[in-house]
Amino acid sequence: MGNETQPSYLEYQGRHKGLAGWLLSTDHKRIGLLYLYSIVVFFFVAAFLGLLMRIELIAPGKTIMEPQTYNGLFTIHGIIMIFVIVIPGLAAVFGNFFLPILIGARDVAFPKLNLFSWYLYITGAVLGVMSQFMGSGPPDTGWTFYVPYSVESATSVIWALTAAFILGFSSILTGLNFIVTIHRMRAPGMKWFRMPLFPWALYATAWIQVLATPIVGITLLMVIAERVLNIGFFDPALGGDPVLFQHLFWIYSHPAVYIMILPAMGVVTEIFPTFSQKPVFGYGAIVVSSLAIAFVGYFVWGHHMFTSGMSYYARWFFSFLTFIVAVPSAIKVFNWISTMYGGSIDLKPPLLYAISFIFLFMIGGFTGLVLGSLATNVQTHDTAFVVAHFHYIIFGGMGFAFFAGMHYWYPKMFGKMYNNRVANIAWGFNFVGFNLLYFPHFIIGIQGMPRRSYDYLPQFHTGHFLSTIGAFILIAGLLLMLYNFIRAGRRGEKAPANPWHGVTLEWKIPSPPPHENFDEIPEITSRPYFFGSKEKTNQ
Amino acid sequence: MFTGASNLAEGVDKAFLFIFIIAFIFIIGISAFMIWTVIHYSRKKGREAKQFSGSMKMEVLWTVIPTILVMLMFWIGWKGFAPMRKVPADAMVVTAIGRMWEWEFVYSDSLRSKELVLPINKPVKLDLVAEDVNHSLFIPAFRVKEDVIPGYDNWLWFTPNYIGDYEILCTEYCGLLHSAMVSKTRIVEQEEFDRWYEELKVASFMPEHEGLKLLRSTGCLACHSLDGSKLVGPSFAGLYGSQREVVSGGSAKSVTADEAYITRSIYDPNGEIVEGYARNLMQSYSELLTEEQVGIITEYLRELVEGDGQKEADL
Ligand code: HEM
Ligand SMILES: [Cu+2]
Ligand SMILES: [Cu+2]
Repeated sequence: MGNETQPSYLEYQGRHKGLAGWLLSTDHKRIGLLYLYSIVVFFFVAAFLGLLMRIELIAPGKTIMEPQTYNGLFTIHGIIMIFVIVIPGLAAVFGNFFLPILIGARDVAFPKLNLFSWYLYITGAVLGVMSQFMGSGPPDTGWTFYVPYSVESATSVIWALTAAFILGFSSILTGLNFIVTIHRMRAPGMKWFRMPLFPWALYATAWIQVLATPIVGITLLMVIAERVLNIGFFDPALGGDPVLFQHLFWIYSHPAVYIMILPAMGVVTEIFPTFSQKPVFGYGAIVVSSLAIAFVGYFVWGHHMFTSGMSYYARWFFSFLTFIVAVPSAIKVFNWISTMYGGSIDLKPPLLYAISFIFLFMIGGFTGLVLGSLATNVQTHDTAFVVAHFHYIIFGGMGFAFFAGMHYWYPKMFGKMYNNRVANIAWGFNFVGFNLLYFPHFIIGIQGMPRRSYDYLPQFHTGHFLSTIGAFILIAGLLLMLYNFIRAGRRGEKAPANPWHGVTLEWKIPSPPPHENFDEIPEITSRPYFFGSKEKTNQ
Repeated sequence: MFTGASNLAEGVDKAFLFIFIIAFIFIIGISAFMIWTVIHYSRKKGREAKQFSGSMKMEVLWTVIPTILVMLMFWIGWKGFAPMRKVPADAMVVTAIGRMWEWEFVYSDSLRSKELVLPINKPVKLDLVAEDVNHSLFIPAFRVKEDVIPGYDNWLWFTPNYIGDYEILCTEYCGLLHSAMVSKTRIVEQEEFDRWYEELKVASFMPEHEGLKLLRSTGCLACHSLDGSKLVGPSFAGLYGSQREVVSGGSAKSVTADEAYITRSIYDPNGEIVEGYARNLMQSYSELLTEEQVGIITEYLRELVEGDGQKEADL
């Protein structure tokens, strides 16, 4: 289906040349890369801030910074990681790049809106960074902006709130774009149940983005109004309610967890069949569980507020639903491992990362059940246990899936192969460093170590010390991985069209893809993931 | 099977144990399965991949079994939690006040203490009052935690089972010194408790300087110590009448800490910053303290230096 006469999207010269050819391009692939580069830069900045916090915590008392600095650091670290990296994350990078290709389209439904979303994104991200330098000092509220503190803090909270608000809009527009794309742009013959599973995951995600994000937008505006106009939505002295903020915030921010994790699940769902040379196990079950997660995920937000003084029955109910929403995730894990079972398995870096994803995601998931259970939530809520839990889910889960996706699609995106050995070594550092960094948090968390704490009691020292060592190892692994990709871009071997013997559409066009993806829009006649054994040997 | 430092610990620890055992079995089992698959079905062995793509029986199996297990987890978690919301009628009531960044406990007769001293084996209910922003009162050893929120009548209760000292922590981020918002609960025999309570009563009938009361109630003492130790701000010990090295408008100078200086420091704290301290941490108190009150505070700070105030501060 590929054609050598069309230039690749990287070489394509449209109306604009050079940098403008990127900044004004409406090509979904170029926009995907714009997101990729911005996310990589912000990720390393925020990871470095995380490392600074870890250095501060290597011993009790003051190590390298004052408490106010620490409080500013975890706030901007959280804001960048959540709003700038993981929420757009996989959907914006791989979704933009591969969604149209995987469904046999030339672009998304609204290419200009797509570019506009990136501009909103970068505006929000830059505002977030500026909050550090403008006004009256770096915000110190944590990324959750809980009132009354976020109303009272003298720092530039308004900058950070505005940043998050704008980033939210970018997310809504991307979601809208993807929904319409999936409904309207599928290639002829690609019925819903012939769609690969990454697009399915993006579809479920997009609905959350569109339906849930406006709530947090309004909520952040309410906090701004509260600060500027002193209205009293959340101030009991004026008849308001501080817990109302928490409800509104988590009505969005719990589903947002699924905005992060569903695309990640989608990515590994593409990787397992390819490296096992076997159809995905339980296609239908995976689709249904994605939709179930997206749906039930709306009704569990209260599990972030079990200790806030909610009524007994509210606690009961939210705990119950939280356990229900765990089941579809478990179903997915079983389907992934069954996809490998009986296959012809090639343990290349993408699969290595995908398998580590399952391992880390299971730890994150089970500790999520600890947090969802009423009795154990009391002990672990807002302690280091939560810090460990969400890093396992979003870094171990979403982050490692992102790395899996990078290693899987890098040859397609850039047309170059990276060095496998270096990739494996970097994986080793990342995996060991990650676990050493966060596992001790589970233990000190159960023992009572509060989160967002600049200082700690002497009994928590060993755990914090080990954790900081882990942070150094992890950062080393991340840098090595980055170096491997950059070197591959410069000097890597040319990648073939289908290095992993994949069967979804992206592997049937050249690497890197031509500007218009397909010369001729393909006709789809069967379900995806059909690895006829003949076909494989012919490639 | 379990005995914890409080009556609630057993239910919580059972839930921990149950979830952890299941988690352990699944995580180890699935990881081992993945490693085995990767080795056994390695492409290097040249075996063909089998092309099956699903099994209704398996899907049902691994939907039903996890559902049953999570329901059990839910149930055991709920069982451990339910008693936390059923406070016995005869519980002793203590009000716990959270303010930036300290705890204070108010017993009957309005007796106040920074430590939570309690008799062993007697149920106690803590009524949680927030004076400024959200806090969360957490006693890890007792497995209790509840947020302290302005305008909310939150509470928690427990019965301490053992004599000893246990930490009280704050787990809801509350600003600058959140991590230092640590107090202690001391569980003692009933007789010792009664003795301590009597002493508290006697101490609280000794008249306290109005200025000291103001410093306490306004929250100044969270950042300024009376004993010379360095907190967020400079200590009040030895302040009055001393020479201060301050930075004002970018240049350093030396001023005497007299009444005018102290007034300026309260109403316009960022105008002059004592060397070595950060700007913008303290906000103006012009809305909160009248000039008359500032006068009383200054009077107290003077007495503190001249000796009369010192012994009260030691209490
Ligand atoms: C090198 C990697 C990283 C390091 C060393 C690191 C370290 C830390 C540390 C020390 C904290 C503060 C915990 C506390 O004060 O209680 C923290 C908080 C946090 N981290 Fe990370 N982290 C890393 C990567 C990530 C990633 C990849 C994400 C998300 C994708 C993330 C999301 C967060 C969030 C949301 C918070 C909470 C902030 C808050 O409490 O307001 N981190 N991290
Ligand atoms: Cu949640
Ligand atoms: Cu606190």
